[in-house]
This record gives sequence, C-alpha cells and structure tokens, in this order.
Amino acid sequence: MGQQIVNGLFLGSIYALFALGYTLVFGVLDILNLAHQAVFMVCAYAALVLVGHLHLPMFAAFPVAVLLGGFLGMAVDRIAFRPLRGRSDSNIAGLISSIALATILEAAVVQVFGPDVERFPFGAVPTRSLKIGGAVVSELQIVIIAIAIAMLLGLTWLLRRTRLGRRIRAVAESPKAARVLGVDVDRIISASFFVSSALGAAAGVLFGLAFNNVSPDMGRSVELKGLAVIVLGGMGSMPGAALAGVALGLLEVFTVAWVGSSYRDAVAFGVLFLVLVLRPRGLLGSAALREA
Amino acid sequence: MIPSVRSLAATAVALLALPTLSSAENVKIGAAFSLTGNAAAYGAQQKAGVQLAIDEINKSGKLKGITLELVLEDDGTSKEQGIAVFQRFINRDKVSAIIGPTLSTTATAADPIAQQSKTPVVPVSNTAPKGITDIGDYVWRVSLTEGQVIPSALKVAQAKIGFKNAAILYGNDDAFTKGGFDVMKSSLEAAGIPIVDIQTFATKDRDFNAQLTALKAKNPDFLMVSALVEQAAAIVTQARQLGWNVPIMGGNGFNSPKLMANAGPAAEGVMVGTAWNKASTDPVNVAFIAAQKARGNDPDQFCAQAYTGVLVIADAIAQAGMKGGRDDIKAGFAKVKDLPTPLGKFSFLPSRDGSHPAAVQIVKNGKFEILQ
Repeated sequence: MGQQIVNGLFLGSIYALFALGYTLVFGVLDILNLAHQAVFMVCAYAALVLVGHLHLPMFAAFPVAVLLGGFLGMAVDRIAFRPLRGRSDSNIAGLISSIALATILEAAVVQVFGPDVERFPFGAVPTRSLKIGGAVVSELQIVIIAIAIAMLLGLTWLLRRTRLGRRIRAVAESPKAARVLGVDVDRIISASFFVSSALGAAAGVLFGLAFNNVSPDMGRSVELKGLAVIVLGGMGSMPGAALAGVALGLLEVFTVAWVGSSYRDAVAFGVLFLVLVLRPRGLLGSAALREA
Repeated sequence: MIPSVRSLAATAVALLALPTLSSAENVKIGAAFSLTGNAAAYGAQQKAGVQLAIDEINKSGKLKGITLELVLEDDGTSKEQGIAVFQRFINRDKVSAIIGPTLSTTATAADPIAQQSKTPVVPVSNTAPKGITDIGDYVWRVSLTEGQVIPSALKVAQAKIGFKNAAILYGNDDAFTKGGFDVMKSSLEAAGIPIVDIQTFATKDRDFNAQLTALKAKNPDFLMVSALVEQAAAIVTQARQLGWNVPIMGGNGFNSPKLMANAGPAAEGVMVGTAWNKASTDPVNVAFIAAQKARGNDPDQFCAQAYTGVLVIADAIAQAGMKGGRDDIKAGFAKVKDLPTPLGKFSFLPSRDGSHPAAVQIVKNGKFEILQ
C-alpha cells in the first residue's frame, strides 16, 4: 500500500512535469502545441548525447538540455505558429503545422539514432534508495518529485507575480487589447514558448532518466496523458495540473493493483470523462472554458 | 556472399564428380540460412554447424557408399528470397532434404513449397509453437518450441531452487509474449505449482512499478516473466530497485545479450530456458564444441541445432536402409530414436516436433552460463 502510493506519486509527478510546461501555452494562451512532445523527446536525446558521448556529468548536462529546449520552443513558435498568426483559423492551422514539425523532429531523431531504445550509461543515474516505512524510494524519484513541486511553485509565481506573467495573462485575455496597451504580443508568446519548452525539456530528461529509456516515440506515450491532466486540472491552472497529474498517477497505479493493468487507461479516461461531464471547468479551473 | 557460396558448391560438385568417386551415391542437402539481413548473426552460426556435420559424416563413412553434398544458400532474412531459394533447391538442385530457413516467418512462406513437392524440411531454428509442423507431413522440426523449453527449464530451476509457488507477469497485447504466458501458466499448473498472482502490462509501458509492487505483496517464491527484451530489462531493473530479490525466469524474449547490456547488474541471476546445454559433458557435445573451436568458431545454440539437423537427416538415411530419396528420408525420420547429438538424446514426437532435454541459463558476471 505504502509502496503503491510512492509509485503513484512518482508516476503522477512525471505527468505533472510534462503537463506544467504544456499548460503554459495550451491552458493559458489557448495554443495547442503538438510539437511539445517532440521537444520533450529531442531534449532527452540531447542529454543522452551530453552524458553518454561527451561524458558530461548529469548536473551539467541537465541545464544545457533545458536551455536547448527553450530555444527549440522559440523555433517551434517562429516556424509553426507565427507565420499563421492573425489568420481567422490560426488555432487549427497552428495545431496542424505543429504536428508536422513534431513528425519532422521525430523522423530526424530516427535518422540519427535509429528506432531502438537508447539508455543513459550506468552510473549516470543515481541508484541509491532509502526506505520510508516499508516503501522503497529511490534518490531519483525524490529528485523528480522535488523538481515537479519546484516547477509548480516557480510557474505559479511567474504567472501571478512577475511583469512577464502579467503580460502573458493580458495576451491570453485579448491579444488585441494587449497590443493596444503596448504589449509586444509576438515577443510575449515567444517568451511563453521558451519557458514552456524549457520545462518540457526538463520533463523529457527526467522521464528518460526515470525509466532509463530514451526512444523516438517517448513523447507520444505521455502526450495524451498530459492533455488529460491539463483538462482534468482546469485549463490554465498550474496547481490544478499538478494535482490532476498526481491524481491520474495514483488512479493508474491503484487500477493496476486492484483491477488489472488491462483496465488502466479505461479507468483513467473514464474518470476524465466523468469529471468533464460533472465539472467541465476541471478540478481547479476558475472559470468556464474560454471559447477557443 | 552468394557467388562465393555457389562457387564453393560448384567446387564440391566438381570434386565429387571425379571418376574415383563416381560409384558412390551423392545425396544433396539444401541449407537455407539468413546469411544476410536482420538474422545474419544466427545464419553464420548455422552455416558453421551444418558444414562441420557434413564433413564429419562424409569422413566417417557411416553412410556406406553415400556422400552428403551441401548446397548452401542465403534466405536473405526475407520470405521472398526464402521462397526463391526453396524453389531452386527443389527444382534445379533436386535436393533430397532441406535444412532451414532461419526464421519462423520465412518458414511459413517457404515450407509449403517443399510440402507440395514432397521434399522433407528440417527446421533447426524455428520456435513458433504453431504454424510450422502444421504445414504438412514433410516438415520435421529439430528446434524446440517455447512450449517445450519452458516446462523442462522450469523443472531444472525447481530442482535447483525448490520454490513452492510462483507469480507471472506478461505483456497481454503481443502475440509472442501472450503465447509465452500461456505456456508458463500451463507448465506451472502441470508441475502442480500454485500461481499466487498474475499481472499484465502493455508493449508500450515503461513503468512496471505498480505491477511489481502488487506481485511483491503476494510474496511468491518465483517470478516468471514473458516480455520482449526491452521490457525485460526494465522489469528486472525496476524489480531490483524495489528491493525485490525474487528469482526471475524469463521467456524466450530474455534470450539475448541485450538483457545484460540494458539491465546491467540487475540482470545478475536472471534465468532463461535454452535448447542447448553448452556445459553438458556428454562426449558428443564435448567433441562438437572442440571441433567448432578448432575451426575458429565459438558455437552457440543455433550452431548446435543446425549440426543436429544434419545428424538427424543422416540417421534417417541410415534408418531407411541407406537410401537417400526424398520419401526414404521422410520415412526414416519416424524411426529416429534417442540419437546422440550435442543437444542430448534426440527423438521425434508424433507431432513431428523434436524432443530432447532443455537446460537453464543464468546470468553471471554479465554473461549467460548454464545453471548446473
């Protein structure tokens, strides 16, 4: 029981990590960036190359991969979204061009690394673990849970307390009004993409480390769960995304333990469906969904 | 690759056509192995196995007056090339029997051609439980299926460890891992070992902590896992990270050095069944290994099985009264009984599947060793 709670918290933190970056652009700005999972994957490979081939220690490789993710995110915005902005159907058009970009990035990674699973070298990942009341928790799991909490607090602070956060919220409310007030909308969106993708990169590296498994399709395996977590938590709510991530992780783990792993996704998405029917704004959503 | 093989065969034909040998009967054996493509690593070992066996039999003069002649071709690890090679063997080379092809998938495409033209086929590496010997009565399999390896591997492991109950973890959305699970479940039941829990996962899963924790809570003495090698490494690693040191036996998916490469120290002590007991001190096996080493080859299971394939055909010829026709060989197969081979005493079951003892490999210092 205690061990299953640890398993659930750990899995939930992974979902939350992925969703937090995702929701900054999707939940706040209403831009669905389907290349987010590709940035997540590419940066896991970047860390792999830095640690595995250039023999950098993990703590040095991590910030490099995160920065790379941020810039890659700005490139995604520049290539897939900005040229289409201002069109009447820019949301759908951008969504589709981001799928294209994700496919291109995945194909490039397959070209370079092949379709097989790659691994971090032994020793790159701390394998020590400690026992807490009968449950075994590894050092890496504690680090991942801690980083997820730090990201949640940092993002909430960024959105609520900083100039950038205020501007992001202004753009989210109405790009036109923000522009009238002298906000450089393109720059704000670009900055949001930077932060969002840097967080996505951090999640990618940690995800790769958590299961010591980096493959070209790793992003796809969490993409749907990430979207579910954002909707479940309430669009645009950072604490909501974190709470929903952990809830989904626990739900999955206990479904496997008590019902059977075949029903895991059925139960998880069944609950998502119920929440949407009974509480469309999500767990912590402050208002009804904005019109997309 | 192919031209050199052909020229070799041509040289062999030319040599055998010398007047001094003209009185002897030549029996052609076709061997179709994956010398190129994905399964090329297996094909090279199989080639070494059949070549040694043919040379030894011809030298020994066991088949009075009959000389075996090897026609070796590359199946290219593909169905299309496998079919083409089989047609060439049957219609142009007029072989008496065919060994191969390397993979079960190729066999399902090529073996029916041999069956139609009533040419005996001896699969030496096809382990798919269904769809090989079902092709017809000219297919006589030497390689053990997973369904045969697991029950006897289980017996060996139980004699060694003495577990009283077991749990199973398997991938339920993949035909191969599901097939392995069916065999594990039925062999545990047949051995009277209670199954305390069964957990499943999906091929795409990376996190097995929930399943492993649930299994650990039931405290089984022994864990059987049917998974592909990528998941196998993750499962083993995560189990050990949870502080669970239960003995683990894997299905055929574990039968790869990738398990040790990916799981590292966590793979230590993991067991997997194997058709060939490399450590057997049986004189036939010892002589086989020595002869392979003398030729500069470190033999593996595929080499031993291919070697045995030739021994079985030679014995069938002898059983048929030293006759090497296609139907003579087929009739002879039924009489092959307790034939000494590197795999142990070999016989055919009524299903035309081979039968011989299996062994258990255990990972020690990053390498597979035979559990003794």
